[in-house]
Amino acid sequence: MDFDLSEEQRLLKESVDGLLGSSYDFEQRKKYMAEQGGWSKTVWNKLAEQGLLGLPFSEDDGGFGAGAVETMIVMEALGKALVVEPYLATVVIGGGFLRRGGSAGQKAAHIPSIIDGSKTLAFAQLEKNSRYDLGDVSSSAKKKSGGYVIDGEKFVVLNGESADTLIVTARTKGGQRDTGGIGVFLVPGNAKGVARKGYPTQDGLHAADITFTGVEVGADAAIGDPENALPLIERVVDDARSAICAEAVGIMDESLKTTVEYLKTRTQFGVPIGSFQTLQHRAADMFVALEQARSMSMFATMASDFDDAKERATAIAAAKVQVGKSGKFIGQQSIQLHGGIGMTMEVKIGHHFKRLTMIENTFGDTDYHLRRVTNSGGLM
Amino acid sequence: MDLSFSKEEVAFRDEVRAFFRDNVPSSTRQKLQEGRHLGKQEMVDWWRILNKKGWGVSHWPKEYGGTGWSSVQHYIFNEELQMAPAPAPLAFGVSMVGPVIYTFGNEAQKKYYLPRIANVDDWWCQGFSEPGSGSDLASLKTKAERKGDKYIVNGQKTWTTLAQHADMVFCLCRTDPAAKKQTGISFILIDMKSKGITVRPIQTIDGGHEVNEVFFDDVEVPLENLVGEENKGWDYAKFLLGNERTGIARVGVSKERIRRIKELASKIESGGKPVLEDVKFREKLAEVEIELKALELTQLRVVADEGNHGKGKPNPASSVLKIKGSEIQQATTELLMEVIGPFAAPYDEHGDDGSNEAMEWTAQIAPSYFNNRKVSIYGGSNEIQRNIITKAVLGL
Repeated sequence: MDFDLSEEQRLLKESVDGLLGSSYDFEQRKKYMAEQGGWSKTVWNKLAEQGLLGLPFSEDDGGFGAGAVETMIVMEALGKALVVEPYLATVVIGGGFLRRGGSAGQKAAHIPSIIDGSKTLAFAQLEKNSRYDLGDVSSSAKKKSGGYVIDGEKFVVLNGESADTLIVTARTKGGQRDTGGIGVFLVPGNAKGVARKGYPTQDGLHAADITFTGVEVGADAAIGDPENALPLIERVVDDARSAICAEAVGIMDESLKTTVEYLKTRTQFGVPIGSFQTLQHRAADMFVALEQARSMSMFATMASDFDDAKERATAIAAAKVQVGKSGKFIGQQSIQLHGGIGMTMEVKIGHHFKRLTMIENTFGDTDYHLRRVTNSGGLM
Repeated sequence: MDLSFSKEEVAFRDEVRAFFRDNVPSSTRQKLQEGRHLGKQEMVDWWRILNKKGWGVSHWPKEYGGTGWSSVQHYIFNEELQMAPAPAPLAFGVSMVGPVIYTFGNEAQKKYYLPRIANVDDWWCQGFSEPGSGSDLASLKTKAERKGDKYIVNGQKTWTTLAQHADMVFCLCRTDPAAKKQTGISFILIDMKSKGITVRPIQTIDGGHEVNEVFFDDVEVPLENLVGEENKGWDYAKFLLGNERTGIARVGVSKERIRRIKELASKIESGGKPVLEDVKFREKLAEVEIELKALELTQLRVVADEGNHGKGKPNPASSVLKIKGSEIQQATTELLMEVIGPFAAPYDEHGDDGSNEAMEWTAQIAPSYFNNRKVSIYGGSNEIQRNIITKAVLGL
């Protein structure tokens, strides 16, 4: 048992923290958000230069063969700085589908341009009635002359507006909630029949609602088994859940630091408000919540490599519950302890809170995952 | 980073588990599973089995009978002990006064007391708290005045756990009344059979008798029973309280209780089906299991940190273990209450001192719930733990 980072992992952490420390303060972030598409191409290229976009890919595919721990390190750092660039959508999820399910041809066609920063991806999964159920898919992919025709509507697709390639879940057979008959398809963002309506999200990212009308793709567009891709989807979404748990821990860590700093400097009644025991104990409870979440983020990271799908899913669901609860508590109390200033757009703490809030509702909220842990018989 | 046990650690766990399976007396095991108290002799018998195996004072330095295990091995040992379940070594001797004696005591004290602690030849109790000195321990008033070759001790201690069984008590006494609060306190070992000591039982809300008041009325104590230097007792007390912090999470105890909750909840029916099938109940249980998993990992992180950076410096993050560990213990006793519902009510007024064999198993569930309210109070209340986090971690 060992909780320490290896030498390489420590260096990775230093390098990503260093990069973001020098180029991603709150004012710089505002500028990046104002750029075309809502994020900065310059920052993205810097991430590529440092090799961060190639981390999880195998060396054969031109990457670094890094594992879940490295992704955790990066996501935590991205969380601290509230990075808006599409790392989750492109590297973790898009890259995850290619790594875990892609053919040699698909890997060769897409991975190099992810690694060098020239292309980004988006995962078009959420439907009007699917909520958190990955197996609830109405969009269809019908076979036609050696390929597929995709029809359907997808919502809140992160990075959906600017992605070069969309990864789309669609049903090749069966009913809306059948676990079989679901496929995953690579669709060019500019394909005929793709209509994208982009918008900013509450937490400063960008998403799109996307309509697919008679979109034709070749047979080689399907990642993995087009009639049974749900296990692949679940695996990659579990990777994404672990990643956003780590991102949330980074945000919580920074929220607590910022809040404690505020308690030390803000004076009322002639003393720093951090001298009041009520506020001290609230901050102590935030620390407890943070440490519990950190432990479970590590647990989720380890679980990403579990071979047993049920064990993996239960562990990651449990982490999502803890991180959801801790994130809500720390997010809300950070605002409370800041008082009025915490309510304003001009101060960073509220933006932490907003991203934490959106993370809770991404790929299953606390209640949803608690139900999953319950249904699998618990953790012990 | 690797959160799984190594092959050697797994082998060690299996060895420890097998030893407990084969050596914990079945009546002892059953009483603990039912949340009942044990009699003095049952506990002493078990500790002597443990000591014979060489595991009685496992975390002590090797020269005094310790095992030389790694932090992870100690963790595994404690966890398996709690899950067996078997009584943990008597903390007052093994975890508290023992380390103070081998760290600050003189050669004669080490030679005499340490083997007796290991074999529980002496049952120790702790004379710290006083009626006016709880969380503000340094305000204590019990005084020890030098007179010839003796101290004359006068005062009162309270919340003295299992003093009714004790042969010895380690006491914080004021030896310099003129000195400021923390200075002027000494750490003194006192024979419980001394003339002038009176033990009065305190019955707690569960009906049990664990704690006592201890009165000292002109008690004569030989000067050689002073540990370390006179008026330095507060330092030794701080050392004692910072020791073995990681054990306070009691993860194994909560795991064992969750096992029992599931066992009972699958037998007891509500609305024609087992309580365990009630979705709301199961979700509440799952929530506790998740908190416990997080705590277990947090504890392992603190343990690993100790292993890497050396013992002796208590990690302030261990206050997290105390807060969460106690909350989870209380949550599990609450869930047990919920499982048996109205059958929690009957009260066995004969009480449970380990000898009441006729007691119904249901009769111990409410008392255990009531009794467990103590865990967020003792060992530095959870509010004191928050003060520690505030100062030592957050720097407020």
